[in-house]
Amino acid sequence: MSDTTGSGPMLAADGRPLKESLGRALRRQKLRALALIAPLLLFVLLTFVIPIVSMLIRSVENEIVETTLPGTVPAMAAWDSSTGEIPPEDVFQNLFFDMFNASEAKEHTKLGTRLNYENTGLASMFRTSGRSIDDIGEVFQDAIEDIDERWEEGAFWFEVMNGAGGDALVAERRARWEDLTDDSMAGDLGFTPSQAIIDLLPNTAAAYTDFAIWTVIDDEDVVAEEDPWEAVYAALAVDLRDPSRTAAIAGYQGAGADALQALSAAELPGLTFTEAFAELDEDWGKVDVWQTIEVYSPTYTPGYFLNSVDRELTIDGVQARPENEQLYVKLFGRTLWMSLIITTSCIILGYPIAWLLANLPVRTANVLMILVLLPFWTSLLVRTSAWKVLLQQQGVINELLVWLGFVDDANRLILMNNSTGTIIAMTHILLPFMILPLYSVMKTIPPTYLRAAKSLGATNWTAFWRVYFPQSVPGIGAGSILVFILAIGYYITPEIVGGTDGVFISNRIAYHISRSLNWGLAAALGTILLVLVMALYWLYDRIVGIDNVKLG
Amino acid sequence: MTATISTTSRPDLFRFTMPLMAAFAAMFGFVGGNMVAQPWLGALVGAIIGCVIAWVAETNLSRRTTVRWAIIGVLGLAGLVFGNVGTAISGVIIGAILSWGAYWLATGQYGTSVPIYYTAKQTLWHNTFKFICGLIFFFLIAPLVPVMWLSFNAQDFFTFTPEMLNFEAAGYSLKHYRDFLGTDEWMVPLKNSLIIAPIATIISVTLGTLAAIGLSQSHVPGRQAIMAILISPMIVPLIISATGMFFFYAPLGNWLEASLGLSQSFVGFVKVILAHAVLGIPFVIITVTATLVGFDRSLTRAAASMGSDPVRTFFKVQMPLILPGVISGGLFAFITSFDEVVVVLFVGSAQQQTLPWQMFTGLREQISPTILAAATVLVVFSILLLTTVELLRRRSERLRGLTPA
Repeated sequence: MSDTTGSGPMLAADGRPLKESLGRALRRQKLRALALIAPLLLFVLLTFVIPIVSMLIRSVENEIVETTLPGTVPAMAAWDSSTGEIPPEDVFQNLFFDMFNASEAKEHTKLGTRLNYENTGLASMFRTSGRSIDDIGEVFQDAIEDIDERWEEGAFWFEVMNGAGGDALVAERRARWEDLTDDSMAGDLGFTPSQAIIDLLPNTAAAYTDFAIWTVIDDEDVVAEEDPWEAVYAALAVDLRDPSRTAAIAGYQGAGADALQALSAAELPGLTFTEAFAELDEDWGKVDVWQTIEVYSPTYTPGYFLNSVDRELTIDGVQARPENEQLYVKLFGRTLWMSLIITTSCIILGYPIAWLLANLPVRTANVLMILVLLPFWTSLLVRTSAWKVLLQQQGVINELLVWLGFVDDANRLILMNNSTGTIIAMTHILLPFMILPLYSVMKTIPPTYLRAAKSLGATNWTAFWRVYFPQSVPGIGAGSILVFILAIGYYITPEIVGGTDGVFISNRIAYHISRSLNWGLAAALGTILLVLVMALYWLYDRIVGIDNVKLG
Repeated sequence: MTATISTTSRPDLFRFTMPLMAAFAAMFGFVGGNMVAQPWLGALVGAIIGCVIAWVAETNLSRRTTVRWAIIGVLGLAGLVFGNVGTAISGVIIGAILSWGAYWLATGQYGTSVPIYYTAKQTLWHNTFKFICGLIFFFLIAPLVPVMWLSFNAQDFFTFTPEMLNFEAAGYSLKHYRDFLGTDEWMVPLKNSLIIAPIATIISVTLGTLAAIGLSQSHVPGRQAIMAILISPMIVPLIISATGMFFFYAPLGNWLEASLGLSQSFVGFVKVILAHAVLGIPFVIITVTATLVGFDRSLTRAAASMGSDPVRTFFKVQMPLILPGVISGGLFAFITSFDEVVVVLFVGSAQQQTLPWQMFTGLREQISPTILAAATVLVVFSILLLTTVELLRRRSERLRGLTPA
């Protein structure tokens, strides 16, 4: 104090104001702490938080309809789904080109699988349609090649289509392929559609460009040496059938102009795409199929979440799924209910043990503690297999009961592959997680309180219930939330001893990940479970504090 | 023994010890009689045996050991005469329990562990409570016993064979241990586990210890939020972590393979190791921060004032003191990885099959007692780990100046 000058601020040894100097030191300390934490924080963000976020995104993401049917979805905007009419020819025409590309890239079955979750039967419809989509194009191809043999040649097509100025179209079609396949489609095509052809025959130019990109990038062939796809012939027929283009074609001067004019004058098949698709699969003529596609065409959908609560999105809004398909609400309910039973059994079994450990002399308590810690440290699978050995029909418990004559050999108890098995095994597995927090709380309750209560005339029960128990409630809270959180996410034990009645929502998530491959639904179910757990985690933090978690 | 008898009043034989023993033995008799469909006759015989034992105990208070062995021998022999080896063993066990109970009651030993002012009802409750606790401890530990027993089965069954129950040598063999140790089916997963778990542990311990030291500084902005994020891998259910990782790691792995030209197997191991490392981190953070709470900060200042740089201070002063916490956190991280199935099932491929994975598929599909041999090996392994952790805990408490408990 005596060092400071009369009026100026207090100075540190280096002559700076003390306040600034202290601030700098504090800042440096903070930075050092953050620098120590940063590597781990980054690691956890990258390997854990981002994966979880990717799951959240996947639960609403629905790009597949848009990327697989990039032409059809915008065309459907003009169609009013509520009229009960199927969409106009224009939509079917787009559908043909989209489906053709998708079946070349073998992506159409994925879309079929996706839409099948919402409307059963669409998977097979997409599969069969994709398989025979070439048939539609062949009708046009045969007609065009009958009129003029030059159209059979890949080189002639290349001569007609190639030119300059079509870079924008190539970029646009390339982007579509990339969206469809999720692969890079970069590379030199050795082909640029001519601007004159794009203006004259827009559908043909687009279809030929699609063909060119796929041929060069994926098949690694040369465009000029390959015969175009059937879809290109169909596109040419579409363009030539359009009466508004007849005049322009007559006045066209570029390569193959005479061939085009000859085609334009000739009679082309009048087959509409609506008829053609009805031929492939009659379901294409059903309104509900189109309504499903319409409802699930946006990039993001609440559909998976609605499925997870047994609802579905229809053209008339959100509706309950049919009675026999309702599953998840019941499963969530069962998961919560069984977790609650398991938590309660853990309290009932854990409380006396924790009390005993907390009130015995330390040395004895430590020996008994080993009996609690040994199962805690033993592999989960060991404990689960132990319960399988004990609970099965020919298992230890049944054998013992039969031997003692309490159970008839023919009517052995069914302890496994139902909820009983799951509850017994999981209570055993999670019991240490109840005992340890309870014990650490009870350890802090002075035994003198109970004696004081008794000396003031309380009975044993009153002393326990009015004095001891209220003080142990935080331990019960901590243990319960811990056990409950662990229980609702359990997978291994219910899978092995739970059969069909004793499984949890997590088993359904695993089923959708590895068997049914409905990843969106798995993500939505996981997200709901995550929200539940996060709510409990928050509660735990409020009651116990995350810093107070102790192990062993 | 004599001291116990002299300080407590001994109960009356006919009004206390004998009726209780009769009732107690009658219960065993009921169960035993039930085996031959004569439960009530069994109960009657049991009650008589109980009375006899009570009387023998009462009249031979000082020759406790001899009498107890005699009772055990008689009941065991009776079991052998009326049944087989199984009933003989039951007879021995029942004899041990009944003779212990008779002396426990007759000598008044049941009252020695309660305060002198306890009423009879309170004493009864106290002992009942102990009995209940004993049952719960039994529930905790007993399930592991049949696993170990069955792992010596000579048959390929998951159940006890008559030979095993009769303790015939033919019923036992080490073939499942030979299967476990001698086949690739089990040794490859074990090797994978021993590759994945230590590397994952090293990653989580290194990063976790650094971060825990950072978190224990006095001024950390957003400490609560950072802590919540770092602990979250422990709180988020494994199935959700696994789902998220499944979605994220698959494209990540493809990218690593395509752009860096790494082999599929290597990338698979990297994915599983990263996933396991992050799952182990909360355990390291929790144990190391707990150790740092009791760390005396003036020690690092003293080192600094003597001219030691921060790195040297860390390794020479701080590290030795927090080492027990670091190691026990590392053990938790190790066991988390070593015992983990769900994530490896979702993220890994067949090349990364670990021991728990192999056990899981074994339990779900083909039932082979080799799983039980593996389980027994793991139980022994966990006993070793438990002992290590316990010793470390005591050492840590001693280092921190607390009395070892």
